[in-house]
Amino acid sequence: MFQSPFRGLGFMDIKYYIFLSVALFVMGIIGVLTRRNAIIIFMCIELMLNAVNLLLVAFSKMHHLAAGVANPNAGSEAQLFVFFIMVVAAAEVSVGLAIIVMLFRNTHSVDVNFLNRLKH
Amino acid sequence: MNALIFSAISGVLMMFSGFVLKSNAAIRTLAHILLLAVIIATAFELRGVPFFHINTTGMLQFDHFALLFTLIASLSTLVFFLLSSKDMEKVGVSYAEYFALIFFVLSGVVIASSFQSLLLLFLGIEIISIPLYILTGSDKRSLKSNEASLKYFLMGAFSTGLMLMGIALIYGATGTFSTTLIQAPKEGVPVLLSTGMLLLLFSLSFKVSAAPFHFWTPDVYDGAPTVFTSFMATVVKAAGFIAFMRLFSDAFRDIGSEWKLTVAIIVAATLFIGNITAVFQQSVKRMLAYSSIAQAGFMMLAVYSLTAEAKEGLILYGAAYSLATIGIFAVLIKMKDYTFDGFNGFARQQPLIAATLVIFLLSLAGIPLTAGFLSKFFMLKATVAAGNIWLAVFAVIMAAVSVYYYFRLIQAMYFKEGNVPAIEVSPAFKITLISVAALTIVLGIYPNLLLYWLYF
Repeated sequence: MFQSPFRGLGFMDIKYYIFLSVALFVMGIIGVLTRRNAIIIFMCIELMLNAVNLLLVAFSKMHHLAAGVANPNAGSEAQLFVFFIMVVAAAEVSVGLAIIVMLFRNTHSVDVNFLNRLKH
Repeated sequence: MNALIFSAISGVLMMFSGFVLKSNAAIRTLAHILLLAVIIATAFELRGVPFFHINTTGMLQFDHFALLFTLIASLSTLVFFLLSSKDMEKVGVSYAEYFALIFFVLSGVVIASSFQSLLLLFLGIEIISIPLYILTGSDKRSLKSNEASLKYFLMGAFSTGLMLMGIALIYGATGTFSTTLIQAPKEGVPVLLSTGMLLLLFSLSFKVSAAPFHFWTPDVYDGAPTVFTSFMATVVKAAGFIAFMRLFSDAFRDIGSEWKLTVAIIVAATLFIGNITAVFQQSVKRMLAYSSIAQAGFMMLAVYSLTAEAKEGLILYGAAYSLATIGIFAVLIKMKDYTFDGFNGFARQQPLIAATLVIFLLSLAGIPLTAGFLSKFFMLKATVAAGNIWLAVFAVIMAAVSVYYYFRLIQAMYFKEGNVPAIEVSPAFKITLISVAALTIVLGIYPNLLLYWLYF
């Protein structure tokens, strides 16, 4: 079995968090590369960002426990980072949806295969 | 800090000026004044007079390298405003907002050139990118512009995802976001750190359009309104390289064995693909897009070698490349026909402008006595000093290839017969163009005029 530094403390091993968020991240990447609908691609990108959020929070807890009582603030910066990711993702969503709506008005489609027209 | 605060406030002011000022000329004047204030504030800080004393807890570091690049970026933006701001009127009705977005990009450039924490790297790159998605799609009725902005947005958001995963993995391995505190343990580089570093390398290569992550560049640069392509291809690209350089020299210098080979392959691929594809282009705008990829390969040599000389070279390269490309684009915007044939006989109609274009093209090709030559020279010298002669030889061969497509434009202007539709240029436009061309030559003879400021 996995040797956990937190065994007996009631915490799950960090490996499981890494596996979970890498799995979510890879699902996002596969979605971006294979889907043709702009909105679904967009959802997959959000999935990638949220996988990162999960990983950051898990690492934050890990570093906090590792630092012990010596530094009660250890690991808090990763949780702040998560808030910044959320804010920037929201800004990106507002711009991205506006772009998709603009494209839909002109082409009546959100299919990214339309994009190949730029290549003469 | 001065430039950051001034440019952010300028952006907000420009946003609201659309309500108050009704004439485009007034909006344009206001934008010029605000940009001048940004430049003066940056110059003051470079001379050791910061207006604000804010404790950033080591997240931002306004050293001479960052301040000098900020100054160059804002001066290039001023040149861009002087030459092309009138042409922004043709893009759409939201004239004041375009200026606001450009100021926001500029504040992102300041953050991206002075960060010392991965958090600020992420924020800087995003503050640069998000306004650019809007500017790319600002020609709302043109299908090409729509497609370019959607493509840019999807690619940009995807590479942001990669960057964040890289940052998270580095945090997991080292427990810090500060670029100066990232250290590999003695017994070896942890796999989390090297994976995270590679993800950061790939996502930044996306942003600066280095091969094989360059495929969005020609389409986006071609589809975006030409005025904004001019800004995207110059100031923003140079800022991406400054961020790249800062990150790798602060954080990953010690684990060079992990990434040197990958970066060398990226440099060679970028130089090869950019130069060879540019040869086959028929449109000058698309040729400039590929030429920006080719120049990115050269700038990436600085990231490869990471010496003090490479830093100087990158600053000079950023200035030389931005000035020359903004100048060429400023003339291109005024042309009706963007193909090479559209320039046939241009020298007979506009001898003065054609002569300045020749200087810009020579600078891009790296002919001696221009700033482009010395910046390429610095890069090659740093690469040889870093011990990779073959990469330098390959870069020289590719620079020779680049002469072909730059000289093709000169040939079209001077040695081919044709009737260019008359373009209207103001005397101010001509004077600015000539002074930028003069600056290109002066920097090619006395580069220390610029590099001096790195140390004093």
